[in-house]
Amino acid sequence: MKRTILAALGLATGLAVPAAAQDFKVGMLLPFSGVYASLGNEIETGFNLGIEKFGSETDATFEIVSEDTEVKPPVALGKAKKLILQDKVDVMMGIVSSGVLGAVRDMVHGAGVPLIVANAGNDEATGINCSPYITRMSFSNGQVNRPMGKWMYEQGIRKVYTLAPDYAAGRQMIGGFTETFTAAGGEIVGQEYTPFQKTQDFGPYLAQAKSSGADAVFVFYAGGEAISFVKQYDSFGLKADLPLYGSGFLTSPLYVNAEGPAAEGVITALHYAPTIDNPENAAFVSAFKEKTGRAPSEFAVHGYDAARALIEATKAGATDRETLANALRKVKFDGPRGTLSIDPATNNIVQPIYVYETVAGDGGQTQKVLAKLPAEADPANGCEMAPVSN
Amino acid sequence: MSHDLGFWILQALNALQLSMLLFLLSIGLTVIFGLMHFVNLAHGSLYALGAYFAASFAAVGGYWLGFFLAPVAVAGVGMLLYSGLIKRMRKSGPMAQVLVTFGLIFALLDLTRIFWGDLALGIAVPDVFQGRTAFLGVEYPTYRLFIIALGMAVLATLEFVLRRTQIGAMIRAGVDNDVMAACLGINVERLFFIVFCVGCALAGLAGAVAAPLLSVTPDMGLQILIPTLIVIVIGGLGSLKGAIAGSLIYGCVQTFGAVLAPQLASVLIYALLAAVLVIKPVGLFPAKG
Repeated sequence: MKRTILAALGLATGLAVPAAAQDFKVGMLLPFSGVYASLGNEIETGFNLGIEKFGSETDATFEIVSEDTEVKPPVALGKAKKLILQDKVDVMMGIVSSGVLGAVRDMVHGAGVPLIVANAGNDEATGINCSPYITRMSFSNGQVNRPMGKWMYEQGIRKVYTLAPDYAAGRQMIGGFTETFTAAGGEIVGQEYTPFQKTQDFGPYLAQAKSSGADAVFVFYAGGEAISFVKQYDSFGLKADLPLYGSGFLTSPLYVNAEGPAAEGVITALHYAPTIDNPENAAFVSAFKEKTGRAPSEFAVHGYDAARALIEATKAGATDRETLANALRKVKFDGPRGTLSIDPATNNIVQPIYVYETVAGDGGQTQKVLAKLPAEADPANGCEMAPVSN
Repeated sequence: MSHDLGFWILQALNALQLSMLLFLLSIGLTVIFGLMHFVNLAHGSLYALGAYFAASFAAVGGYWLGFFLAPVAVAGVGMLLYSGLIKRMRKSGPMAQVLVTFGLIFALLDLTRIFWGDLALGIAVPDVFQGRTAFLGVEYPTYRLFIIALGMAVLATLEFVLRRTQIGAMIRAGVDNDVMAACLGINVERLFFIVFCVGCALAGLAGAVAAPLLSVTPDMGLQILIPTLIVIVIGGLGSLKGAIAGSLIYGCVQTFGAVLAPQLASVLIYALLAAVLVIKPVGLFPAKG
């Protein structure tokens, strides 16, 4: 699938001809088919909204070339090659899965094409495998869970049972939580990793958690697994004795409707919830609702802020691959998620983390923000990178 | 490991519930396979379709409308697949069948995605089966007990039809030796068509009952395919006994494996599969002796 969208935004600013109108070719690498198509579409919608909203702030115009990664690393690598060599894009944006990011990393780094990561959360991408050309505007697996360990301990929770799918992201998410929870003095009384994408029935694990003597359960699940998990947790009647906590992907706005009342009372932490109270978010939520008829998810905000970052970089005077890469590393703005900046040591985003509870609202479940935890930069995790130069 | 009796009863029920769901899926696939030597890898996709149909009907007329209509709708899709594709592929050998139906999985996956959208759908558990029932000293979700009961009812019905009715005798004859059955005047072609439709309807039923428990996503058919194939390979081709034995073995290994040796949970079933193939390559209870 190839979609080419021309966003001739110079027109929007009226008849004044921009002095140095620069046309940037943006390669969009997202899954538009297969099981992660929903995330690809969500990020794309967010990105297009961001270009519409902030495009008039810059003289530059953006031509977008979309390619479908199908969430298959070899396919994505081929598409990245095509965007870089044939389309000669100035900058790339996208990547949903960490596996795909791992596959294209060396190609992007070697060719010196700036890549704005709009989802993939593997810690290594801004750790040991960091690159001055790769800037992450989404999150890292450890980052979104680390603050929750301390917070839950402060709420009086001492013993926790953890569950996550058995793959890199699952281990990194739980690892981030465990690290701060045990450092605060808490105890992990049980920890299980369920076969990734092979577990639909969580019954056996739920019975384990119940008999573990824990005060609470902390989990990471996403997608269909998140929905099944939340529904099954509720159906076993565990919520009353054993409150459910987790990373916010568990009760993402994309899934709460399918989860229904089972999601109510589940407390999770993430870098975004559609109910965050600030003017930028209000504008984003209403624009997104107008377009799709529902609240935006964390994935949509990745796309939206990626577009904003790109525009900020061009405003700062970036004109080609090299200067774009440098400018992206210095981006800082107030977005729907609060104040965002890029950590120059790793090129990872630095952002606040929100603890929210899913509660019943008008017309479905909504998110009640309980706490805003301060933004912390990830540890460098072995990242060694030349400082910003220009 | 200090767990009380209640814990083990709970896990036994979990194992049974998983087994029954797999049984509904594997029985259709195995009989189609055994009767006509047709490898329909897209059987899991019909299960996903069942879940989607159930979700759509449930949105209009409540859970039970979906429960009863989804199998019918899936059987309808099965008929279309049969006349458009499968009938032509009957004589083309297993490799071509595997490839075509494998391709069909992806075509159906993206078709469901285009038709119903990317976002997962959910169905509420019907009011009758809300909450939990005290059972053998444990509290177990009522809806899961319903799945167990439904699986057993289907098993009893199939057992009766296959063992005690004429059509059952014809199916058994066809599975044992289709050429001989045809010589005896059985219209194997029509028999296959009926069995195929019933198998599709059962896949649809499995999708409809699984939907409130899991979530309705386009890839659910892909996820269930491997467990279903494992059930058939362990149980042996074409037999009711094989399907039920395979399902029970899978359910128990999966559930108790997750409890007793969680780090081996995903490998355990494959190890068993390999062991069965080494000791009895045709499966435990194949239709043909």
